Amino acid sequence: MSSTSDIDKLIELMAKLPGLGPRSARRAVLHMIRKRALLLAPLAESMRIVAETARECLNCGNVGTTDVCDICTSEKRANGEICVVEDVADLWAMERSGVFKGRYHVLGGTLSALDSVGPEDLRIPRLRDRVETEHITEIILALNATVDGQTTAHYIADQLEGRVRLTSLAQGVPIGGELDYLDDGTISAAMRARKNI
Amino acid sequence: MDWRDHGILLTSRQHGETSAIIDVFTRRHGRHSGVVRGGTSRKIAPILQPGAQLDLAWRARLEDHLGTYQVEPLRSRAAAALSGRLALAGLNAVTALLSFCLPEREAHSDLYQRSEQLLDLLGQDDIWPLAYLRWELALLQDLGFGIDLSACAATGATEELVYVSPRSGRAVSRAGAGEWADRMLPLPPVMRGEGLAPDEEIAIALGTTGHFLKHRLAPALGHAQVPEARGRFIDVFSRRL
Repeated sequence: MSSTSDIDKLIELMAKLPGLGPRSARRAVLHMIRKRALLLAPLAESMRIVAETARECLNCGNVGTTDVCDICTSEKRANGEICVVEDVADLWAMERSGVFKGRYHVLGGTLSALDSVGPEDLRIPRLRDRVETEHITEIILALNATVDGQTTAHYIADQLEGRVRLTSLAQGVPIGGELDYLDDGTISAAMRARKNI
Repeated sequence: MDWRDHGILLTSRQHGETSAIIDVFTRRHGRHSGVVRGGTSRKIAPILQPGAQLDLAWRARLEDHLGTYQVEPLRSRAAAALSGRLALAGLNAVTALLSFCLPEREAHSDLYQRSEQLLDLLGQDDIWPLAYLRWELALLQDLGFGIDLSACAATGATEELVYVSPRSGRAVSRAGAGEWADRMLPLPPVMRGEGLAPDEEIAIALGTTGHFLKHRLAPALGHAQVPEARGRFIDVFSRRL
């Protein structure tokens, strides 16, 4: 038992990762041990480095390895636009699309009375500061089309109204989506946001 | 144990990696929680938005267990709610107040009916605040804190009822209030279903119902505060005055 306790501990930790359970963690660990030189050692080294260097950007809340992330330090991205997202995964999704060339602001969640999340728990005061200091002309509210997401969007809009142009993402039929499979809420949102062709 | 019912989704929160615990206001079983397996999936998560009208099948081994739900969407109200600031704030106020006030597993069929009707009006901003005021009066009534506006508590008069007693929750006439008039809560005609129900009167009436929510209902439930969502709705509504 003691001879395998380190491995058991690794399996236990891996099982806590999203999408993995004890069985899949065991398979992953076994695979890594078999590919020790190719996988386990480089992975351990990468994890050690990331554990030491990963931090939140002090300006926008993005995850990086420096105090201020690459996007915030890039002069090319200082175009007067800030895209407000709920968390870092949303920022990465926006970056993958490559359509947005400005800077981001990661709120770190949404307002929720149920979970006692108020404006002070999110990075809303910091967003207000950035509007002034970075000479922002447009705030794009790219928050989830959920009740909590849109409640947060309206709250931010109330805070910044009159100081900056405020826009939000459109809602409607996704690319590749079939009307037959859409819920009635999405169809009515798409109908309201119809455009000339 | 199992049953099938219709209900209004009040809250949904993640449970584990893939499931959700939902709190639903049902027609025959009152406010009732349960687990939805796969409730965070791409297919089901959009259904589990506050205010959604659901067909629910609940099952548990014992009655007092949390149990699991199978959900089918009947009507999504998210689109109507997300269409405007007032609708969204209104939806949040209704679901927050129902979560806050209702005891678990106790049927409130009349209130359920009224809540369903109110939520079906979401997006109709011209009539929604009045409908909300009537719903709030019904909520107080249903939970035992009803406001009696039939006659003056002091004189028995049925004319010139312009105040509500903050202690008894009964109407008071101008003559009956006498020197205590400044301690009374206002009773605008809209609260008695009279007049054209202008927004100004509705706002005043919401102040009066707010008093009973804050000083009668909340302490009785062991809470210090009424949900913040109600205040946000009043704030959004007041801005259009």
